[in-house]
Amino acid sequence: MYIAVKGGEAAIAASRALVAAARRGDPALPPLEVAQVQAQMGLAVSRVMAEASLYDRELAALALVQAQGDTVEAAFLLRAYRTTLPRLAYSEPVDTDGMRAQRRVSAIFKDLPGGQLLGPSYDYTQRLLDFALLHGADAPATEAAPQSDPHAATAPDDIPNALATLAAQGLVERCAPSPGDPVPPDITRDPPKFPLPRAGRLQMLARADEGWVLGMGYSTQRGYAHSHPFVGDVRFGAVTVSLVPDELDFAIEIGEVELTECQMVNQFAGSDGAPPQFTLGYGLVLGHGERKAMAMSLVDRALRTDEFDELPEAPAQDQEFVLAQGDNVEASGFVQHLKLPHYVTFESELQLVRQLRAEREARDDGAAALQALPAQPGEHGEPHGAN
Amino acid sequence: MDLTRTTHTTPHADAPVEGYNYAYLDERTKRMLRRALLKAVAIPGHQVPFGSREMPLAYGWGTGGIQVTAAVIGRGDVLKVIDQGSDDTTNAVNIREFFARTTNVATTTRTPEATLIQTRHRIPETPLREGQIMVYQVPQPEPLYKLEPRRAETLALHAVEDYGLMNVKLYEDIAQWGHVETTSDYPVRVNGRYIASPSPIPAFDNPKMDHMPALQLFGAGREKRIYAIPPYTSVQSLDFEDHPFTVQTQGHACALCGCTTSYLDEIASDDGSTLWTCSDTDWCEQQQLTQGAAR
Amino acid sequence: MNGTTRMPLLQAEALCFRFPGETQGRDAVRHASLDLFPGEVLAVVGESGSGKTTLLNCLAGRLAPREGRVRYRCASDEWVDVHAMPERQRRLLARTEWGFVEQHAAAGLRMGVSAGANIGERLMGLGERHYGRLRDSAADWMSRVELDAARIDESPRHYSGGMRQRLQIARNLVTRPRLVLMDEPTTGLDVSVQAKLLDLIRLLVARMHVAAVVVTHDLGVARLLAHRTLVMQGGRIVEHGLTDRVLDDPQHPYTQLLVSSVVAP
Repeated sequence: MYIAVKGGEAAIAASRALVAAARRGDPALPPLEVAQVQAQMGLAVSRVMAEASLYDRELAALALVQAQGDTVEAAFLLRAYRTTLPRLAYSEPVDTDGMRAQRRVSAIFKDLPGGQLLGPSYDYTQRLLDFALLHGADAPATEAAPQSDPHAATAPDDIPNALATLAAQGLVERCAPSPGDPVPPDITRDPPKFPLPRAGRLQMLARADEGWVLGMGYSTQRGYAHSHPFVGDVRFGAVTVSLVPDELDFAIEIGEVELTECQMVNQFAGSDGAPPQFTLGYGLVLGHGERKAMAMSLVDRALRTDEFDELPEAPAQDQEFVLAQGDNVEASGFVQHLKLPHYVTFESELQLVRQLRAEREARDDGAAALQALPAQPGEHGEPHGAN
Repeated sequence: MDLTRTTHTTPHADAPVEGYNYAYLDERTKRMLRRALLKAVAIPGHQVPFGSREMPLAYGWGTGGIQVTAAVIGRGDVLKVIDQGSDDTTNAVNIREFFARTTNVATTTRTPEATLIQTRHRIPETPLREGQIMVYQVPQPEPLYKLEPRRAETLALHAVEDYGLMNVKLYEDIAQWGHVETTSDYPVRVNGRYIASPSPIPAFDNPKMDHMPALQLFGAGREKRIYAIPPYTSVQSLDFEDHPFTVQTQGHACALCGCTTSYLDEIASDDGSTLWTCSDTDWCEQQQLTQGAAR
Repeated sequence: MNGTTRMPLLQAEALCFRFPGETQGRDAVRHASLDLFPGEVLAVVGESGSGKTTLLNCLAGRLAPREGRVRYRCASDEWVDVHAMPERQRRLLARTEWGFVEQHAAAGLRMGVSAGANIGERLMGLGERHYGRLRDSAADWMSRVELDAARIDESPRHYSGGMRQRLQIARNLVTRPRLVLMDEPTTGLDVSVQAKLLDLIRLLVARMHVAAVVVTHDLGVARLLAHRTLVMQGGRIVEHGLTDRVLDDPQHPYTQLLVSSVVAP
């Protein structure tokens, strides 16, 4: 005799125990420390912070450990936590020109004020698996860390914006607030209303899934848009955060965050009233994420179709398409929700399909019956189906 | 009806989760939600955008319903949570547990005893009464989205009451299939004005929405929309005069309680036969109790 | 021919339109004015780039002029400013009292649904909720535009260009509009198909007392369909008048050029 399925709660408890065990892994191995992940998996930590739109290295590392390294799951954990945090204040806009950069390169100049500062990057490595790491040995490269080299030139504190001189000559569009300097929307508080102004679009891009933005940016390079992009200035480092508290009339510094910024230069031929000049695409992410910042800057430029009278023909130029689908917390939730029981709605579909099939069979039977009738003399040659 | 059986679960002995506000959301967020809900109730069937927050359950798994419930739930409430009509499915268990932890509110599986019912994909068989609130989990609040994916465009269509796209789809279904081929999430006209999605309830449940004495609230967290149907509001499933909307019975009886009028789940048994049982587990239990008492 | 009323149905006053991004002095439409009377067919002729389609789109409310206005007299005799009126009202008029026949039928039809659905849409928008009646109306209209009503459930994807145009006409006329705008309705079709279609249009428009503005680069179309003709060059209306007069006795040099360039059959 069938007994109605019960025990959902017990099954859930058992599943949770299993996932906790999976997370811990082989008990013979030492447990992963959050501090280790924070220190030694900095790029994963950066990605989680960026997609959670919450800057806290330790919590991001914790989320990664809790999520067994799944960055989307970790970003979700952090975003859910972010919901519970009260909004205390808005900071002053950060000054990335004043960044204490660990790394800054520009593709449009051979040399420039502030220099080409290579900093820590995989760009100059060869992608050969280092098997020494398997045995826990320290990689040889650490012995030649620049910090320990007394002859290395110290990085300048201030690295001017590479585009400063071009901007002064009017060759690059001025970065100015929109007319009236409106308060930017806050897409983490208010639902995005399309078409979004550029500020809203940049916010959504800043925390969009890196893979998605990368694909969209890549599409603009492969012909799905007309762009001629050049990296004007890409930089990574610490930026001061200040705010003006209610009680004081002046700004106070409250700390630093590490950001990655990319200014991408594109070509443009002038229009009514605007002489020809280079236009910009902008990317900014929390932590160290050059790939994301660069892809973001390509997509930012692609989305500025209304400002430059461009026809939005390519997918990367369609803001509803690019932005609404870029949020991986939403996307992951909805794609994976298909695992939830849907048997009630499926049952009603089954019912309809069965009904339609029955109706068709009845129709076909009826048609066959008609065909089997002997033909009237004189209408056709031979009697049909004579047997 | 056996009234002696207690079906309230005692609130959890533990205090609500440390460090979180009542019902998890901070008061400002609740205020934002309540304002959206008031607007929604004032304009039946109209989708009101709201600042949906990330919740500890994933988008697509009921965050909209959870946020609506969290905004309206209070200490005196009795909460019932169902998914596919059952209180015992994993999603329902998770959500009920979430509210038990964050509010200490009493929970129940008995529909008549609940003041607040959060549901995924079904309306209970027991008719609801005045004073109850139904909160529906909605994956896709926009009934036109399959015909027009762009949000900006559907906004304009609703505003000017231009439902040509929907009319055309219904005509086409009749022309091609002889029936409207939508079997769940069957679009409805609310208060004679807005076309709305009833959420993926089977079309079987649509008639229950018309002039329902309870307040119906709909939350779509991922899509960031809330809408509402006040009590005793007209809710008409879209159809043609000569192809009226009808509810198809499944033509079977529940193997456990014998009911022929409720929505039934189809279960494949190990021996290859098919078993039909009430989807609404509370309803089924009550039917069985009634029959047991009658014997 | 114009009925008892001498009040225009549609009035354009000094319309100027420039596309965004165009440099100064490059208006696509310059100071265009016209009056259209009930039941009257007006042809707008000129070569490509003369601004005739842009003018049509301004009249339809699809493009907003930077100067001038377009006024329409509703069935209630109330005058409305086509661009200033609320979007909701304009959309309603576009589905009821107005029609727009696109040059490429795919732009004016729903290609993904059947012919019946295409014709029935406007009726459903007006509140018709009886499937049988909708189907009958659709079949009736298909016959009127000389389409085989047995193909009512087929998508226009399977129709030829001429058939699609007939369907587009049916879709527009089913609500008995008072004003129909047509953008090169027969261009691109085979000559014999064109001739038949023009005859159909002429018949229907006259029988239903519809006012129409027909944009065409083909003077033969103007002569066949239109009571009056406007000639456009570089965004300006350079000549206008009764069709026969304009085509037989052109005054403006550009019109003379157009008329003399027609290849004699």
